Order: sequence, then structure tokens, then C-alpha cells
Amino acid sequence: MGIEPTARTPSRQQPTMSPPEPPQLANSLGYAGAAVPVPSDLAAGQVIDGFRLEERLHTGGMAYLWRITEVNHQGDSRLDLIMKVPRIKGGEDPATIVGFEVEQMILPMLSGRHVPHFIAKGDFTRQPYIVMERIEGVSLRGRLDEAPLALDEVIEIGSRVATALHDLHRQHLVHLDIKPSNIMFRPDGTAVLVDFGLSRHDHLPDLLDEEFRLPMGTGPYMSPEQVQFVRNDPRSDLFALGVMLYHFTTGERPFGQPDSVRGLRRRLYIDPVPPRAIRKDCPPWLQEVILKCLEVRAERRYQTAGLLALDLQDPSQVVLTKRAEKLQKSGAVKTFKQWFFALGAEPGKATAKTTEQIDRCPIIAAAVDVDNASSVLLERLRETVRRLMLTEPGARLACISVMKTARIGMDDLVDADGRSRHVKQLVGLKHWARPISKALNLDEGRLTFHVLEAPDAADAIVEFAQRNQVDHIVMGARGTSTLRRYLGSVSSQVVSNSECTVTVVRAADAPATAPKPAGA
Amino acid sequence: MPSAPGQPAAVVPMKTALITDLHANREAVESVLEHARAQGVDDYVLLGDFVGYGADPGWVVDTARELVRQGAFAVMGNHDQAVVRGASPGMRADARHVIEWTRARLNTEQLDFLASLPFTQQRGDHLYVHANAWAPSGWDYVHSRAEAVRSLHATACRYTFCGHMHEPKLFNLSSTGKAGDFTPTAGVPIPVPAHRQWLVIPGSAGQPRDGNPAACYAVFDAASSSLTYHRVPYDYDSAGDKIRAAELPQRLASRLVDGH
Repeated sequence: MGIEPTARTPSRQQPTMSPPEPPQLANSLGYAGAAVPVPSDLAAGQVIDGFRLEERLHTGGMAYLWRITEVNHQGDSRLDLIMKVPRIKGGEDPATIVGFEVEQMILPMLSGRHVPHFIAKGDFTRQPYIVMERIEGVSLRGRLDEAPLALDEVIEIGSRVATALHDLHRQHLVHLDIKPSNIMFRPDGTAVLVDFGLSRHDHLPDLLDEEFRLPMGTGPYMSPEQVQFVRNDPRSDLFALGVMLYHFTTGERPFGQPDSVRGLRRRLYIDPVPPRAIRKDCPPWLQEVILKCLEVRAERRYQTAGLLALDLQDPSQVVLTKRAEKLQKSGAVKTFKQWFFALGAEPGKATAKTTEQIDRCPIIAAAVDVDNASSVLLERLRETVRRLMLTEPGARLACISVMKTARIGMDDLVDADGRSRHVKQLVGLKHWARPISKALNLDEGRLTFHVLEAPDAADAIVEFAQRNQVDHIVMGARGTSTLRRYLGSVSSQVVSNSECTVTVVRAADAPATAPKPAGA
Repeated sequence: MPSAPGQPAAVVPMKTALITDLHANREAVESVLEHARAQGVDDYVLLGDFVGYGADPGWVVDTARELVRQGAFAVMGNHDQAVVRGASPGMRADARHVIEWTRARLNTEQLDFLASLPFTQQRGDHLYVHANAWAPSGWDYVHSRAEAVRSLHATACRYTFCGHMHEPKLFNLSSTGKAGDFTPTAGVPIPVPAHRQWLVIPGSAGQPRDGNPAACYAVFDAASSSLTYHRVPYDYDSAGDKIRAAELPQRLASRLVDGH
């Protein structure tokens, strides 16, 4: 949970970007008042609200972190805990205090594996603190010095962070300060995002929006719309992630380390050097992904973090555009044009709430048993999927089929027969989807195909859906009762094991004539 | 009752329901009270405008009187004042008609109750007022941050609860003088720590106007210093039918259905 040397704005080191308040205002904030002990006076052994301070782990620009234990706690089943205490001193900039207040409001609202578990908080009228789960290990900050990293690792980091972001965006949160020092990993590799001091939650008052009239974020990572005071667009986090991936790929920052608002605004019209111009072995698809994250206009980026994760996990499905081929920055004329249009350009007014952006771009997975399903069922399935795709122009369709493999041994996977079966299934899937893609003109990246090789079809479908943040699975019921009796129903397994919505489609001549939706 | 200066602050109960602009809508008020009971509410504050617009002024006033008898706080709204005083010649014809219609349906005790309501009540660091804190009997609206700041500057209380505005809203003022406004999401607890000043507008129970016909109210939880805005669906068709049957202006019935 380190603080990068790149200062946040508003920053007290950069007069051009400091908040308009004179420095002594921090004392007159009244959050603390005379009665509040100065947190730097805290010492090991001290007990606050039943938590004993054991060891100071870290001193950041904004806060101290203490390892703590619960005084009356019996046994050892609880999590390792840390206490975060804001650094409040005379002359401290108000961003520290309001930022801490924001984190105190937001962290209790969040849940799941991608955030530290919230335990307790202490009031500003006494001793402000947040007690939370301690995430073992160090942040990604140290890896910046090692950049460029191996491409496999860059991709892995990107995919894990995108997955975490998608989860938080679904919880109505925009992080707004995504950078290596705010990213940690659990032992199983799950990315954990920390430090919500600049974040915005749809369901809470945005105290930072009220407090400051300057862009807020960390200079190198701030999205163009953040530079222009927009704080409610989840796609801002994808821009920041793009900056990170660019840096890890090339060893360079795409927009440098600007220290003024004027410097920050340059990213509105000056393109970064394409990664492939710096790193020769960067594949075109990865450049496509990174530059798409770094688009100035949010509507040209990935529309959700889930879609970004999907591309990072399956590069063969990335649709290459001019971005992939670029080997130099835009020329002077184009840059001038971009500068000219950036002059008066203001980002679209508050597009929507965080989750509305995600809801408009659901991922729909059609699980198609191309080899065994009856033609009537395939047709019904196609029609159901077509209708679903029609209702949401931002929806993405992932067509999947499962190629059965033996539980033990790799034989079928590697031999020629296995390969030809794989290709055959892919061909079958594409053929099945063609009428939909033609009818709806599914363009750039809205349609992908995946042949999963697994011993169990239901497990493979459920796992694919989980890994790729699928919102809705559409699949056919097994046709004949004999087969179902011997093999069991794949769809009922998917319905009971999947975390997302599942629609089971039946052929017209089956007992239930209408598509049968089932929530899961 | 308002606490006198220098007295120790009264104990604020754990869960307080804040209900305002009931506007003689029995169906809405019944649903709100039932919802509040289910939330574990043990304390009620009624922020005025018990009458006007709706067809059940007597029932709503009796309900308010009973709650006050059991310890609830209540303040006077502009519609209550108008009904107590009687219509004035300057009023629009339909407004005058509603006031006269309402007044004719209230008995002496009910009118006396409305007449006895104070413009403000204070309990601990809570201020209850119908419209604003700078001129409680002037009925100016708190539309914007600027007006919210004006109201928050007019009181030392950390929390001001008011009605008059029918749309739910939450304003806050930091000690650096920065004001914020927020349109709440129903059902989500919002932390409202006392180091800021807060102005809470729960929204109208009896005549919502933000496009959602469900009745508004809010619950303040003293234990966690948090505030939850609620929306309660109720039988607005019946409430509207009564308004039509009473030959009150038709618009008063239809706006309950569309929530505008």
C-alpha cells in the first residue's frame, strides 16, 4: 500500500495544482479539532477501541499502517489485521483528510475477494482509523522498476486487474486511482485493489467532487475525463490500467509524469508512442489492447473491464484495427487537429451511473452443442440469442462449445485427430452463429468463438462464465430423454452451479414449448 | 420539546423515522408507518404539511396527534398554517378551494392541533423545521447548495431535517465551507458523521414529485450515524379515487400516479 513518488493532485508540492485553500486551513477543518490526538503520536502497545498497535508497517504520504491485534480476541481464526491512520499535521493538505473520510465511507460498502475485508472504523471526532484485513505481500509498485516485464506477466497482471475492476464496477464503484502501488495479490493470484481515498461510489455523496476544483488522481495514470473533472465513468479505470500495461510492456510512461494541469491536458491531444515502436516483440494484438485502453474518448475504449479481461484471456479473439499496426506517433497535422478539438471539448455530461455502463454491455454466452443438438433446438437457440442481442446494442456474444476430452491423459489433445475435432467444432460454431451476426451486423469484437476442451461440459461452461464475467448463459436442454437418462442434464448442472443468469432453451416439440428462463 | 440553551442535550433515540409533506394522503402514510415499524423505528419526527392536496385530512391529523401524544416531534408546514388561518384572497382559485374544503372537514381539536404546532423543534444536535432554518415561517425553499448553506449557517445543529421540497435530497457542509448535494438511492445507508453539517430532505410521503410515485421517508440511525432514504409503494389509485370523488382538482389525483 505504498505511495508512488508521483504526487497526487491536488498536491502540496506543485503550486499550480494545489487546492486554493491556504495551508493552515487543514487545522481549521474541524475534523480533528483540538481534542484529537495527533496520530503520529501513536506508539506500539497502545490500545484503540480494543485493537492493540503492534508494529508500524509503513509510512505513506497520506497514512500510517499498523499491524494490530484484537485485545479480547480468543483463538486465531480471524484474519490478520491492519489499522490505517491518516497523517494529520499542521499544514497538511485537505485532500488527505477528505480522502480518508471518503475511504471510511466507501470501504464498508464493498465486499468480495478483490478488496481488503473491512472490520471497523474510528470517528474523526476522536481518533480516525480504518481497521481492515491485511493483504500479505507487497504491491505491484516494485515491479515498475523492473519494467519492461515478460509479456506473459504483463498479460496476466492485466487480466487479473481487469477482473478485479469489473467486480468493483459492478458494486457501483469507480476507483479513480488505479496504479501499481494500489494493487496487491492474494496467494492464489487474485488481484486486490486498495486505497479508496479518491474513489467514487454511486450511492454515496462524492465529498471530493465538492471539496476541490482541480483534477484528482495520480498524474501519469489520470484519464482525460478525470483531467476534465468527470468522476463517474468506470472507463477511467481502464485508461489507468492501460497506462500501467503500457509501462510494464515498454518500461516507459505513455504520458510522462506531468506536474501541472497544463501538462495533464497534453494527453487530450498527444498520442503515446506505440508500444511496438519501443518493444519489438510486443505482439500487434497487445498493442491493440493497450492503445484501445488509452483512447482519449471513453466511448472508444473497452466499454467494460470484463470485455478487456476477455480479450486478455483469449488473444486470438482480439480484433486488430489500425491501432495494432501503428509504429509511430500521429503526425503534426493530426496532433494539431486533436489539440484544436481538445481545446473546447468537454467530456459528455455524466454518461450514466457506474453500473448502467456495465449493464449496457453485458456478456452473453451461448453454449451450443453443435454435434449433438437437433436442428430444431439449434434454431430455437439461435432465435433466443438473437432476441437477447437485439435488446442491448452494447452486448457481446461469446459462442462456446465443449469438446470432450478424457479425464486422464492428454492423448486426444495433442494428436492430429484432436486438432481436427477442435477445428471442426469451431467451424460448426461459426456456421451456427452466422445468421445472427449477419442479421445484427455484429461488428468489431462483439462476437467471439471458443472451443473449450474439458472432460465435463457443465463444469467447463460454468468455469468459462465465471472467468469471463459472463452475465447470461443461453443453452439448449438435452434433446432426447434416453440420452438425458444416461448422461444427466448438462443444463440443470449449469443452472444450479452457475453464478449468473441461465436461460435453458427447449425445442418446440419438447414438453415445455417456450424458452424457460432460470435465475441462478 | 426544544431544549433550552445550557441544558444537557436530550438523548436521541436509536432509529428515528423522518416523515414530511403527508398532504392528507392516508394510503401513503399508512404504508410508510407500516414500513417504518418493520425497520425497527422507535421514534417519529413529522416535518409538517399534514394537510392540503389529499382527501383524508382528518385521518392524517388524528394519526399525527396520536404519534405526538406518544412522544413524536412535529412542526408546522405552510399548508397547515393556511388551513388554520383560512384561505386568503391572494391565493389561486384551486388552492383556495382545497384549503376551504380541508378546513370544512377538520373539527376543532384537529384545527387546534395544527394551530399549536411550532415552526421549529430542536433536540440535541437535531433541528426540525418545515422549510428552512434562516426564516422558518417564511417558507422559502432549499432548492440548491447555496440555499442549503444559508440554512446550515443559520443553525448550530449538526443535522437539519426539513420538508417543503418534495424531492429527496441530502446536502452537507464541511468545516472548510464546502457544500455538496446528493440525490440518494433508496435503501442504501449513508454515513453522516457529525464533523460535517447535514441538511436532510426525506422527500414527500403524500405527494412525491421526482417521477417515482412511491412514498418517501428517511430513517436516521443514531447508533451508526447513518441515514437511509426509503421509497414505499402504496395504493395511489385508491388515494386518487378519493380525491376525484371529493371533487378536488383532478390534477391532484393524476400526479399521485405519475409521481410528478
